[in-house]
Amino acid sequence: MLPKKVKKRASLLTILLSVSVISVFLILNALNKNILYFNSPSDIRLKSDISTNKKIRVGGMVKKNTLKISDQEIKFIITDFKNEIIVSFKGTVPNLFAEGKGVVAEGKLKDKKYFIADRILAKHDENYMPPELKNIMKQNAK
Amino acid sequence: MLSNIGNLLLLLNVLLSTLIIYNSHKCLNVPNNSIPKIIYQLSLLQSTSILICFFSLVAAFLISDFSLINVYQNSHTLKPIFYKISGTWGNHEGSLLLWAIILTIFSFLFLVLNNKHPKNYRLYTLIIQNLLIIGFLFFILFNSNPFSIINPAPKEGLGLNPILQDPALAIHPPLLYVGFVGSSIYFSAAMASLITNYGNGPFAKSIKSWVLVSWVFQTLGILVGSIWAYYELGWGGFWFWDPVENASLLPWFAMTALLHSLLVLEKRKTLYFWTIVLCLLTFTLSVTGTFLVRSGILNSVHTFANDPTRGIYILIFLSIMILASIYFLFTKYKLEKNYYMSANSKETFVLINNWFMMFYLLTVLIGTLYPILTDVLFKSKISVGPPFYNAVLIPFVVIFLVLMSIGPQAKWIKNKFSNFKQIFFILLGAVVINFVIFYFFKSYSFISNLIIISSLFLIISSILDITKQSEINLPRIISHLSFGFLIFFIGLNHNFSIEKDFNLKLGEIKEIDNYSFVLKELELDDHDNYKAIIGKLQVRNITTNEERTLKPEIRIYDNPQTLTYEASIQTNFFKDHYLTMSNIDRSEYYNIKFQEKPLMIWIWISVLMISFGGFLSLLRNAKNN
Repeated sequence: MLPKKVKKRASLLTILLSVSVISVFLILNALNKNILYFNSPSDIRLKSDISTNKKIRVGGMVKKNTLKISDQEIKFIITDFKNEIIVSFKGTVPNLFAEGKGVVAEGKLKDKKYFIADRILAKHDENYMPPELKNIMKQNAK
Repeated sequence: MLSNIGNLLLLLNVLLSTLIIYNSHKCLNVPNNSIPKIIYQLSLLQSTSILICFFSLVAAFLISDFSLINVYQNSHTLKPIFYKISGTWGNHEGSLLLWAIILTIFSFLFLVLNNKHPKNYRLYTLIIQNLLIIGFLFFILFNSNPFSIINPAPKEGLGLNPILQDPALAIHPPLLYVGFVGSSIYFSAAMASLITNYGNGPFAKSIKSWVLVSWVFQTLGILVGSIWAYYELGWGGFWFWDPVENASLLPWFAMTALLHSLLVLEKRKTLYFWTIVLCLLTFTLSVTGTFLVRSGILNSVHTFANDPTRGIYILIFLSIMILASIYFLFTKYKLEKNYYMSANSKETFVLINNWFMMFYLLTVLIGTLYPILTDVLFKSKISVGPPFYNAVLIPFVVIFLVLMSIGPQAKWIKNKFSNFKQIFFILLGAVVINFVIFYFFKSYSFISNLIIISSLFLIISSILDITKQSEINLPRIISHLSFGFLIFFIGLNHNFSIEKDFNLKLGEIKEIDNYSFVLKELELDDHDNYKAIIGKLQVRNITTNEERTLKPEIRIYDNPQTLTYEASIQTNFFKDHYLTMSNIDRSEYYNIKFQEKPLMIWIWISVLMISFGGFLSLLRNAKNN
């Protein structure tokens, strides 16, 4: 028979341990479901396992002369100078959103050529470029 | 000139810190229990000189001395005086000087105000605090010197980022820094407590006020930052789980946990080890937050300045702090007498509060760091957004609120719940109110029901506490009650918000659901340092026929050339009407985002009241000691 003290301490430790394990598990589980992967138009073309019902981010340049605005939605093409993808979007675009500028769109793929965005991101800095984009541009420049 | 003065004063401060450490160390083994005058004088001199140093930087900004790189990069002759001054701490280098000031002044005040405690404990606190000060002074001197000069001096400065030219953002850094950096003093005190084996009740008393001060300011700092993001960034909400917002929330969780565990340490002389861990953790998280924000490792809207070498320096500083903390924890900590906590006692409830805080902290920490981790390990770019935090945190908040209502009524040592009847009636009341809201206004999801019921449960319990107890703890009740209200208002705000996004041409009329919008006119307005395009938007609610005109702006700043949009917000007690307008790539279309945000102002007021509770507690604590 173990003394009462040890038993008490052991049970406390077990509770503590199981609570921490459960909470970490919960956190990681939720994380897995809710992260957004960042892709360039080339990534989307090359990756075979990209799903159409999970949210992703697509980044690149807004291709020149492709922006079409109607009163309900705007459409444009994101390019990384190798591949491109059509984006349709209903909602607010940031002030610095413009043709020939960097952009990140968040939403779901309809198919590999068509992306339905529900959020457009761009920063409040004229010279800003998302780090993800900078790398892609660098790679493509090589 | 000013550059020389500044640099000299910084060097003088390094010297003074070294002298304080030397003198304190010499005095440690002297048997009498008083601290020699010289240490007080040195410490006072140190505070004075760092303040003068800071004011010389302010002066440089005021007279637009562009021979300083820092002034050149962040100021402009045409900038309003107010923003010239606030520009001093609106940039990386200047804000570090603010860090150093708070470190130094807290060091001095702790020395002077905590004179009832043993000499060696105070001296060790002073020594460790001054080591921190020296670390930061070196960082300022060698990496981020606000007094670096540029030769020849430019005629005109580059100007301050326009979105920082804002009253809320002028006071945001000082508030937040008193919280962030204020936690340094109990970091030092915790170390000193371990070294001198001065623990339990007296130790808890010695740091309680300091924890409260930093907590109150941290809360206010977060509030002001959040209000700023609401109207200036045009996001139209109160919290975005942006990595930099998270960085300010992490130490807040640790501080809040500490605030509660201190009660146990003070009254029951237990949880000493845990309290020490929290003291060390809070400041460590503050420095981590600074590292994340300043190194540019995070991809966030707020990361204005970044430079990898800064990151490395802070990382080294951080590692030394953490290693030293762990070393002292394991070598100096002496086992406490065994204390048996009854499962049903106030102690346990406080401990549960701490567990929850740690859970929140862990969630936010993982959510913030995970993208960095995957970037380094797998080279995959990901981002973690609000859905993650909502999914993890909301269910726990429900349980947390219920425990928060029952916990404070529990008795120390051994508690017995005799008033199940009352708890049942409070719960019933909460459920009824919830269904009234539900029935008369709008239905919402199951989890929202739980959130509203549990927050009402806390609100009603806290209100009953005021009437019932013979000896009421008003600060606690105010903070808890306001927290209940905060969650309640957030719940309603979340469920009753209306948002409309659309594109509009000048003169066009648009009807969406039961709203009609007209862009009546566009007006050009010239200001000192920017031009504004002001839109006049008429919004009409078709059912109530209520009409209002909102005037959002697009601003074009000259120095530096930047485009910003100013939301037009009309606030009343029931709801905010919020509208932003942006031009789509110079076309004739304007992008309009219209929102109705119910009870927005009450969310801010709740947070203000939470910190007011802390302030009252501080007053009471100061009176008792």
